[in-house]
Amino acid sequence: MTPLLRIEDVHKEFPTQRREVVHAVDGVSLEVRRGETLGLVGETGCGKSTLARCIARLYDVTSGSVWFDGHDITSSSRRELRALRRSVQVIFQDPYGSLNPRRRVGSIIGDPFAIHGIAAGPERKKKVQELMELVGLNPEHYNRFPAEFSGGQRQRIGVARALALRPKLVICDEPVSALDVSIQAQIINLLADLQHEFDLTYVFISHDLSVVRHVSDRIAVMYLGKIVEVAPTEELFGQTRHPYTRALLSALPVADPDTADSREQIILAGDIPSAVGPPTGCRFHTRCPKAGAVCGSSEPPLEPVLDDGPEHRTACFFPLTIGENLSAAVLKAS
Amino acid sequence: MNLLDVRDLRVSFGTPDGVVRAVRGLSFSVDRGRTLAVVGESGSGKSVATQTITGLTRGAEVSGSARFDGTELLGADPATLRRLRGARIGMIFQDPLSSLHPQYRIGWQIVEMIRAHQPQTSRQAARRRAADLLTLVGIPRAAERIDDYPHQFSGGMRQRVMIAMAMALDPDLLIADEPTTALDVTVQAQVLSVMRKLQQEFGTAIILITHDLGVVAELADEVIVMYAGSVMERAPRRDLFYRNHHPYTQGLLASLPSQTGRRLTPIPGSPPSLINPPRGCPFAARCPHVFDRCRAVAPPLVEVYGDTRHQSACWLGDGEAVAA
Repeated sequence: MTPLLRIEDVHKEFPTQRREVVHAVDGVSLEVRRGETLGLVGETGCGKSTLARCIARLYDVTSGSVWFDGHDITSSSRRELRALRRSVQVIFQDPYGSLNPRRRVGSIIGDPFAIHGIAAGPERKKKVQELMELVGLNPEHYNRFPAEFSGGQRQRIGVARALALRPKLVICDEPVSALDVSIQAQIINLLADLQHEFDLTYVFISHDLSVVRHVSDRIAVMYLGKIVEVAPTEELFGQTRHPYTRALLSALPVADPDTADSREQIILAGDIPSAVGPPTGCRFHTRCPKAGAVCGSSEPPLEPVLDDGPEHRTACFFPLTIGENLSAAVLKAS
Repeated sequence: MNLLDVRDLRVSFGTPDGVVRAVRGLSFSVDRGRTLAVVGESGSGKSVATQTITGLTRGAEVSGSARFDGTELLGADPATLRRLRGARIGMIFQDPLSSLHPQYRIGWQIVEMIRAHQPQTSRQAARRRAADLLTLVGIPRAAERIDDYPHQFSGGMRQRVMIAMAMALDPDLLIADEPTTALDVTVQAQVLSVMRKLQQEFGTAIILITHDLGVVAELADEVIVMYAGSVMERAPRRDLFYRNHHPYTQGLLASLPSQTGRRLTPIPGSPPSLINPPRGCPFAARCPHVFDRCRAVAPPLVEVYGDTRHQSACWLGDGEAVAA
C-alpha cells in the first residue's frame, strides 16, 4: 500500500536580511503510513516545524517532492491545495495565539465549513455543536469567546477545528507544550481517542521526548535540518544508534529519583551551530564525542547500520552498539 | 537555625474582578546547601510566594513572616531588601533575554551588579571576577565574550550569564524560578549541572520553582507541592515519588506520560478560581476520593507516615488514597 505521505529529498531555504541562506530543512526523505503516529523530535531550530509546514504545503519547498495519497503535490496550484487542505490539517502549539479573540467559538470551529462551502445556517451550527461535543466541550458554549475558556479547553477548540472536515492527516505541532501536565494528559488521551475513531494519521511534533514516546509508533530525530535517526519507538529508545539521539534521551529529566540517580547522563558541549553555514559532513560532528576525521568531511547516509532491519535507519559512521557507554567517550573528548 | 523560615505567608491582589488570594498560608524553611523544590501548575502561587519574600510584589496585601538569617523580610524597608537581593539572595528567572539589558555588554552588567553592592571593589577586580564567573558557568572563551551583547549569546548561554550574575556575590540563597523552562533539553542538562556544581562548591541553598517533576527528581532534596495557593504536600524527594500521600500529588504523577504507553490518567476539570476559593479543600472538586468533610473544612497540613519531614493536607489516613 502506498504511504499516505511521502517526501523525497526536501530542502527548504530561507533568505536572511544579510543575503545569506538559512538551510532550515536540508534534504529530508520520509514517509508517513496510514493510521500511524510519526513523532518528529529535535531541539529549537532543528527544522521540525518547517518540515511540518512543508508537508502541509503551508510552505513551498525549495527543492524535492511531496506526495500525498499517491499524488505529487509539490507544485500544486492554489485551487488544488484548497482541496488538499480538507485532507491535511494542523493543530498549533499556542491555544492563545491561534484563535481569534474577537470571534465566537462557534464561528471559529465553523470556519472550515464556511471556507469549503459545506454546510450553512442551522446545519453548520449543528455540525459545530457535534464537534464540540466530540472534543469534550459543552455545545451550549457555542456563543462564547476564546477568552472565556482555559488553556486546555482552547486546545480542544483547535482540535475541533482541525477535525471539522474529517482530514486524513493531522499535523500536531507541539499541541500540548503550553499546557500544565494534568491538562496535557487530557489532550493526549483525546487525540488518541479521535485517532482510533476516525482512522487518523498523525505527525506529532514535540521537543518533549516523553510525550513523543507515549504517542508515537515511529520517531524521527532531527538535528540542524536533517534526520539523524528514524526507528520504531521502542527500538529508538532500546537500541539507540546515533550519539545525538543518545545525548537527547539522556538529557531528558525523568520523574523517577532512582533512574535520575543511576543513569548515564551525557552533557553535550556548546550549542547547536547556526543553520546559515552549517558544519560540513555530519552536522553533529562539532559536538559529537565519537566523531572521527571522516565525520567532518563526508556526510553519513541515512540507512540501516550494524544489524538493524530496514525500519531503523541512522546517519552515522560510528553508530553506538548496544550497551556502549557514551559518557566514557565524552570524558576522553574533553 | 534555618537560613530562611517562612510562616503562614498570605498574599492577595486587588483586581477589577475581586480580590485574588494567590497564596493562602504557606510555611516552609530552607537550610544551607539544600535544594527545596516548589512544584505546582500555573496559578498555584509558587512564583508569587518567592517574589513576595524578596519584595517584588508591589501593591499586594501581605501577611505572615519570612525570616532570612534573622532578618524579617516582609515589611522590611526597600534599602534593606535591595542590600539583600543580589548580594545574599540571588535570583534567576525563566526568561533570560528580558532579564538582561539589551544595550549593555554582558561583562558591564555583571561588573555593575558587583559594584552596586560592593563599591569598594575596583572596576578591574570586578571585571576579573566577571570573567571567572563566566568561565565557571561554562561560557567558552569567557575573557573575549565578556564584551559581547546579550543578543550575541544563545538562550542557554544567556541563562548561564544569569546564573553567573546571581552567584557573583556568593549568595547564601539562590531563588531559581523555572530556570530551564525556556531551554532545550540538552541545554537544560548543562544548566542544571552548573547549578548542582555551584551548590556543591559554595554551599548555596536553592529554592527551585518548577512545574517539571523530572527536574524535581534530578535536583531537589525536599519538595513542596502547591495547589490553588496552598501547600498540598511536602516531602523528601524520594517519598514524594514513591510514598506520596495527597491525591493531587498522585494525580500529577499519573498524568505524566510513561514508558509503557498505557493510557494516561489526567486529573479531570481545572483548578478553582482564586477570587472566591472554595471553603473546604481546594482540590475537592477534582479529587477522586472526595467526601463531605472535604467540601466543608480545608484539611490542615499534618504529619503523615509517622515522619516529621513528610506532611500532607488531606483528611485521608496513610495509604488510603492509593489507586483511585
